Amino acid sequence: MDKKGLSLSTPLKMQKKFEINILFGGQAGDGIRQLGTLWAKLLAKRGLYVFLYDDYPSLIRGGHNFSIVRAANYPVETHKDQVDLIVALDLETINRHHHHLSEKGFILSEGKTSQGFSLPWSKTVKEAGVPRIMKNTVALGSLAKFCGISFEELSQVVKKLPQAEKNLEMAQKGYNLIPQTISLPSLPEEKRFLFYGNEAIALGAVAAGLKFYIAYPMTPASSILHYLAARRETFGVNVIHPENEIAAVLAALGSAYTGSPAMVGTSGGGFALMVEALSLSAQAEIPITFVECQRPGPSTGVPTYTMQGDLEFVLHAGHGEFPRVVLAPGDAFQAFYLTALALSLAWRYQIPTFILSDKHLSESLFCQNLPEKIPQISYKKWHKKDEYQRYSFEEDGISPLAFPGDKRAVVKATSYEHDPFGITTEEAEMIARMQAKRLKKENLLLQETEKLLETKGPERVPALVCWGSSKGAVQEVCKALGLRFIQPLVLRPFPKRALEKALAPASKVIVCETNATGQLAKLLKYHDLEVDEVILRYDGRPFTTDSLKKKVEPLI
Amino acid sequence: MSLEGKTPLSTYAPNTWCPGCGNFGLLSAVKQVLLHLKEDNKLHQVVLVSGIGCHAKIVDYLAVNSFYSIHGRVLPVAWGIKMANPSLIVIGHAGDGDAYGEGISHLIFAAKRNTDLTFLVHNNRVYGLTTGQFTPTSPKKFKGRSTPFGSPEEPLNPIEIMLASKATFVARSYVGRPKHLAYIIKEAIKHPGFAFIDVLQPCYTFFNTYNFYNQYVREIPPSHPRENLEAALELARRWDYGEKAQEIPIGIFYQIKRPTFEEEALIKKHPSFDLKAYVAQNHS
Repeated sequence: MDKKGLSLSTPLKMQKKFEINILFGGQAGDGIRQLGTLWAKLLAKRGLYVFLYDDYPSLIRGGHNFSIVRAANYPVETHKDQVDLIVALDLETINRHHHHLSEKGFILSEGKTSQGFSLPWSKTVKEAGVPRIMKNTVALGSLAKFCGISFEELSQVVKKLPQAEKNLEMAQKGYNLIPQTISLPSLPEEKRFLFYGNEAIALGAVAAGLKFYIAYPMTPASSILHYLAARRETFGVNVIHPENEIAAVLAALGSAYTGSPAMVGTSGGGFALMVEALSLSAQAEIPITFVECQRPGPSTGVPTYTMQGDLEFVLHAGHGEFPRVVLAPGDAFQAFYLTALALSLAWRYQIPTFILSDKHLSESLFCQNLPEKIPQISYKKWHKKDEYQRYSFEEDGISPLAFPGDKRAVVKATSYEHDPFGITTEEAEMIARMQAKRLKKENLLLQETEKLLETKGPERVPALVCWGSSKGAVQEVCKALGLRFIQPLVLRPFPKRALEKALAPASKVIVCETNATGQLAKLLKYHDLEVDEVILRYDGRPFTTDSLKKKVEPLI
Repeated sequence: MSLEGKTPLSTYAPNTWCPGCGNFGLLSAVKQVLLHLKEDNKLHQVVLVSGIGCHAKIVDYLAVNSFYSIHGRVLPVAWGIKMANPSLIVIGHAGDGDAYGEGISHLIFAAKRNTDLTFLVHNNRVYGLTTGQFTPTSPKKFKGRSTPFGSPEEPLNPIEIMLASKATFVARSYVGRPKHLAYIIKEAIKHPGFAFIDVLQPCYTFFNTYNFYNQYVREIPPSHPRENLEAALELARRWDYGEKAQEIPIGIFYQIKRPTFEEEALIKKHPSFDLKAYVAQNHS
């Protein structure tokens, strides 16, 4: 699709590059996200690539929700501001979004419109005497027909819903309300799957060998908790919701002390409560993985929107000095892989590790494959020779692990500075040796994590540097404008040499992030790497390809 | 070099409690119980968890598994350990500042969820290691270093709080009655569920209450109906942790059976998980 929007006459199959952007809008409680997700599934089954962006206020009923689903015959990892179709379950959707509609776009709604179809969805639902929420299924039916999708195809998706029969009936009624107007291509089906970012994080953790997920609800991390809790028996993972974030992280440390891998997840405010225990994990050398799903701060901020504002916080949180790993995935594939890696590194090095996500990654839907090789939890085992020393001095700084219940070992973990047995010490020499022992791991870590850098495109051109969820938009803009794309996946230990190498040929370095102060740009400068321009967005919304492109163009 | 000290179960760590500290009595009662567990070949299953304060040094003095945690957070750590390995015998030690101040939310929740732990509060009703401030169980008007003109607050009654929080084993003991203390600890470990013991333990340096306790402590008679909440509350209210007392009951106030958190909440099956099949089934 070009900017002119949909055309009635063009057979879309014939177009080389195809994409269609649809905005679904309505009130909270209308099932907008479900409608968007079903549409995404329908198109993914056709072999198309899809991406779903979900925008909703912090309330339960009423308000305005919308989802944008972008589908294309090439990979898409973010959405655009301009859409080709609006499916409006209420009038407010049209009022708010009509200016985003492309010139030849369409509106499917219940109201009168000169640009599309007026369809009696509510009346259909009312006459059938089914729950009001099924209006979204009726609308899906209409949309499918509009786009020339066969009812057979549609029913493959609808029949998986609860109350399948009624939903199929509603889909059929919606289908019959409208004539076919356009047609969509289909691609030979490749193996690709649909994951919300948080689902990918959860699955990556399960695949690596997670045993406990402990979390207090907080948007936008809660869907990890919900996804795992509903499937705990299938995954073999205990999922616990304690009294607060402090209990969550400490119970996780208790679990890991017995050899049972644990992960916690929260947003910035919840992580602030966990920081004391982060420092404990470092002193006691207990493996733990934190998932921090950022949202705009400070404080409660804007709970259901996005911001990459906690990078500096997560890099530096905790009293005392200790090694940590901070990984920042930018899509579902990376989220899956890096979460598995975060758990693996936590256990191999006995350190705290982080997945730094945000609302845009956590709650957007991606259409991707899974990595072939999945990092696994493993650790240095105790050989049961001499008397066990939990904090024995080793060349690499990593003391072998034994766990309570082992008849030959007394396992003493502690928050105090300690000697090799784990007995409190205040001796100068021991303090210095133990500090050095823990910090030693950072160099080893760096060798392993430095390669976690994504680069694409020509070298001797301007480079766009980004991290985390900005990846999708930045990558696409790079492709469109022929620029270099650079995304460090690890932010601590800082991959200085790898970045230096990657940035050296670039004619200009432009950092793009969704925060107000340019935290990655500051980090690069701190490490003596040059930054020429910084593009920031800090209104709680992610970069979209079209808006970012406009900001990049004048700079190159 | 070995962790073991000169006496059974001890370590090489030098003891740094003040002479006359109530913690000595508690240490010897705990040792007595641990020696029994050793005879039963269960010592390797024991994990002691402590907070921060004078009480917490106990884990350095015992050659058993331990997790020396942070102030106020004994219970979530102990809970995590128990959930992850229910075969372990988890004994939490906390001070009154830990248990009733910094970490009181965890205490209420541990009781509410009936997690299978023993929790010993070394209650000296003063902050010792931070050199003498009032705690949640100090009597009103207590003159500490942060309240030189007297504490303005009423003390909490932890026994009442635990009864109201649905704890299934609620007891009090006194380090001046070592046999009683050891007996209560043993009963607490045997109890399937959250077993709470408030241990009266004078701080010789900052709040010497030996004479006071010796005068008023009375053992709860065997005729007390342990499973009766009203009777337990009545006993609990005989002393409000104030400056004055007519009688300070010690013993088991309340004990009932209720399914533990671990029985109720943990997954029962650990099936093998086929990621590829799962994803193909649920994410396409």
